[in-house]
Parts: sequence; structure tokens; C-alpha cells
Amino acid sequence: MKIDPGFKYHEEHEWVRVEGDEAVIGISDYAQDQLSDVVYVELPEVGDTFEQGDIFAVVESVKAASDVYMPVSGEILEVNEVLEDSPELVNQDPYGEAWFVRIAMADLSELDGLMDAEAYKAYLEGLDE
Amino acid sequence: MSYVPHTDADRAEMLAAIGVERIEDLFHDVPAAFRFPELELPEPLSEMEILAELQALSEENLDTGHFPCFLGAGAYQHYVPRIVDQIISRSEFYTAYTPYQPEISQGTLQSIFEYQSMICALTGMEVANASHYDGATSTAEAVIMALNAGRGKRKRVILSPAVHPEYRAVVRTYTQGMDLELLGDEPLRGGTGCGETRTLDELMALLDKNTACLIVQNPNFFGEIEDLAELAEKVHSVGALLVVVADPVSLGLLKAPGDEGADIVVGDGQALGNGLNYGGPYLGFFACQAKDVRKMAGRVVGQTVDVDGKRGFVLTLATREQHIRRERATSNICTNQALCALAMSIHMAALGKTGLRRLAEICYHKAHYASSRIADLDGYQVVATKPFMKEFVVRCPAPVQVINDYLIEEWGIIGGYDLGRDYPSLENHMLICVTEVIRREEIDSLVEALDAVRREVRG
Repeated sequence: MKIDPGFKYHEEHEWVRVEGDEAVIGISDYAQDQLSDVVYVELPEVGDTFEQGDIFAVVESVKAASDVYMPVSGEILEVNEVLEDSPELVNQDPYGEAWFVRIAMADLSELDGLMDAEAYKAYLEGLDE
Repeated sequence: MSYVPHTDADRAEMLAAIGVERIEDLFHDVPAAFRFPELELPEPLSEMEILAELQALSEENLDTGHFPCFLGAGAYQHYVPRIVDQIISRSEFYTAYTPYQPEISQGTLQSIFEYQSMICALTGMEVANASHYDGATSTAEAVIMALNAGRGKRKRVILSPAVHPEYRAVVRTYTQGMDLELLGDEPLRGGTGCGETRTLDELMALLDKNTACLIVQNPNFFGEIEDLAELAEKVHSVGALLVVVADPVSLGLLKAPGDEGADIVVGDGQALGNGLNYGGPYLGFFACQAKDVRKMAGRVVGQTVDVDGKRGFVLTLATREQHIRRERATSNICTNQALCALAMSIHMAALGKTGLRRLAEICYHKAHYASSRIADLDGYQVVATKPFMKEFVVRCPAPVQVINDYLIEEWGIIGGYDLGRDYPSLENHMLICVTEVIRREEIDSLVEALDAVRREVRG
């Protein structure tokens, strides 16, 4: 299971790449593997604001629709429109090309509550038991 | 699949597995007083006696097979060719359940796919679902879809007063508690159009950035053909959706709503393949554009290929539905009217494009013959400010109920719809429907009868 060392992780399997006051968010390799083939990603609109833990996107695979949660609070600055035509990127490159949104973070202290790569790895091992 | 009933041995095994002695013990939680009540039913009768009893009951009704019927208002008497019954009576269609397992349901799935394809061709839209309960349900689902398209932020729904009153009532039922602003169809003082209701221009004036959709019916409830030319543009300019409620027979003659810029086209398919059936079952058709398909409710059958590259059909886009999404589903009703939709498809296939057009033309001409003859009568005025198809409004010299009673009792004619029931300013206005099944002599009789009742009532 790939885990990008530079990112922070939320227990619902979202990753966060911090860039100053902004963050880029996507879902982890574990998440895409659990979902199987992704057929559609429903993204929010630029300008929408969410609290930590709010549902901001939905990922549809052939068998289920899964909610995606905000790992930290913020305002949507950019959405990855490439996912509209190529949802399969979520399976192929979850940490790179298949980023979901870029946000302006509302409260940087929320990052302290997230897991780093090591902690996330341990967390995943705990889930598999 | 064969039906294999349980044997006593099967039942005993199941009871043993769950540790229960008798089946009656499973009802232990029902209070004793209610558990096995006395039903006091009459003694059973033989099949012959029951048939005679039911036959006598049915003969107390006046039926459209024996009495000419000029009643429309959302349910239409069109001739259903025998081939419809012939095909839907096949047990593979008649007894089929929902095709959840594509491996054993290719026939059902293919027939639904063909239905969807025909609805797309008829309405000029890109995608259609497998049908809803009826036209009213489809209309309500269109509103829900428009609200989803507006991401829940748009709260205004504009309803033309000329949309079927029952459809508008169902829209209101469906959207209770959703904090919406439904307007456009309130009765006005001094409004123009048919009675004191808003015209299309006045409805367009209600459009704003908070509007999710505007709903019109064409031909409208009064039978009039609406001019939709400007409507789509105005509706889209505020980012709202245009919903058109259409009559499938009229689409043989009128421009397809999809070509006029409609975002969602709905209506009742009863007019084709399905008789009046004393009010149901009918079916609601629903069509939209491909870009909006994920917000559409209802079942959808898709065409695909199997692992060997052979064409196959399957229920698809299931992630919109209740059993996958629960409260986030596009609708709480995820079923369809398979048999009625099949009947409609067979009728459409039997007619073909030219046949459907011919059918619409015959209705048009017969209705216009009737209206021109009635217009010549003293005491009656045909209220028609716009072109009409198979229905038209007549202002009568007496209450419609009085006239209809007279028509049935003295002339054996089933009269038209009393518009005063739904539109306070349209007392004494009758909505008359003429379809292809009405013969010229029957129209002439109606005219004679209307004249006679006027003389009777006026003295």
C-alpha cells in the first residue's frame, strides 16, 4: 500500500499536501484500492467552504458511492477538473494527478490532529487485523 | 426459473433451525386479541357464481366501449392495437420481476432499453429512464433533479398554472418540508390568459438567480399549444432548468421539447399502449440531457458488451439509487412501470414515426371539427386564444355538472371535464377532448345534445 511520506493523513483516508496557507487534498492509495474502479467524482464548487469532517466530495465506483471528508477546514480555491473526464486517475495516481481540491486553510492548528506517514501506516495495519 | 413451493418437511427444517416449535409461535409479539381475529367472511362461491357476481357489478358502470367519451384532462382514450396485449401477455414479460440479475433478464432489459431509446427519439433528449409511476411523479422527480442541479442552493420553483392540477399537487406533496418557494400558479385577480392565471410572459418575469426550474406543459391542461421559443433562453439565462410536461401523442405532430431547449421532459405514457384502466396503472416517462444523467432518478438500463464482446444489457448508474446511497439518493422511489412501459413501446413501434404523426393529425382534425361545430351553437363559446391539439375549452350556458348529467342520462354521452373544479375563475367551463376513437356521428350527437341541454336549462 503506497503512502506518500510528505503528506499528512486523515482517518477517513484523505491525504493533505501542505503548501503554506494552502493545502491540496486527495484520497489515499488504500482508499482507491478499497473502492475498486472509480467511475465518477463529484467535486464541490470553487468558493464553497467546509468545516473539518464535512463531506466535500463523493467518489463513485461501480458498486458504491463513498463520501470524502475534509481533513481540515477551508475554502475551495481550485477543483481538479481533469477528474471529470478521467475518473480512473484516482485508481492510477491517487497522490499525484488525481488530487481533488486545493483549499485555503481556515485553521492551521487542525493539521496537528492529522497523522504523518508513519502513523498512517500503523493505522492501516490496525485496520487490516 | 421454476416456482418451487415449500414442503412440510422444508418448514419443519426451518423451524428446527431457529428453535421454534410452530409457525404460530412467530406471531407471539402480536397481542392475543388481534392475533387470529374472526374475519366473518361469507361462504366461498364457485368460480361460476363469482364470475356472475363480478360481471353484474361491472355492468353497473358506463364504459367507454359503449358510450362515447369526451373526457380527457390527463387520461386519454386512444385505440390500443391488439398486438400490445398479444406481446405483453407473454409470461416472460407478464410475470417478470425487476431485472437485477442481468444473467437471467436480458429480454426484460433489452425491452426497457428500447423503451428508453424510443422516449429519447420522441422527446429529442439524450437520456431516458425506465419510467416512473405516472406523469405526476415524473414531474415531481424533475423538480428534485433541478434542485440537485442547483446544488440545493436554489429554492424557487416556478409552476405554470396550465400544468395538470394533480401534477402540481404532487409536486407540492413531494417537496413538503424542503423550504421551497413554489409559485406561478396562484389564482390572480385580473390576470390574463385562460381565466385569472399567469401567461408564459408573466411566468418568465418570475425568473431569478434563485430559481431551480420553470415547469410548463405542452399542450397545456387546457389543450393549448404553448410557444416555447423564447422560454429556454430566458430560463437558462438565470441558470435555471426548463422542464416540459408533454403528451406523447402530441409529439407526433409538435416539435420535440428537446429541440426547443428543454432540460427535462416528462409526462404520462398512458395515452399509448395503456387504456384508461379506471385511473391506473399509468407510467411517467422522464428524459434529460446526458450531462445531467447522474442527477436523474429512476432505473436506467445501459447497453454494454460482455467478456466475449457480445452485446448485453444491464441496470446501470446504480449509485444514484436508494439501496446504494440511502439519504443521498436522487430519489426514494426506485422502481418503474415495466409492463406499462412495454405496452407503450409496443404501441409506438407498431405506429412508427408516420403512424404516430397520422394519429396526432386525426385527433387534431376531429377536435377542430368538434370545436367549430360547437362554436356555431347559441350559448356556447369556444375559448381558444392559442392553437390547440385534441382538447379545447368551452364556456357553457349552465354548470358543467348539470350538462354532464343531462348528457349521460338523456343522450348516453360522457361529457368533458369541469374546469371550475380546479380554476375558480373557470366555472361553467368544460374541457372537451376528442381523440381518433370518436366517430364523426358521435361528435354530431354531442353538438345536438349540447344544444338540447341549453334549451332545456334556459327554458
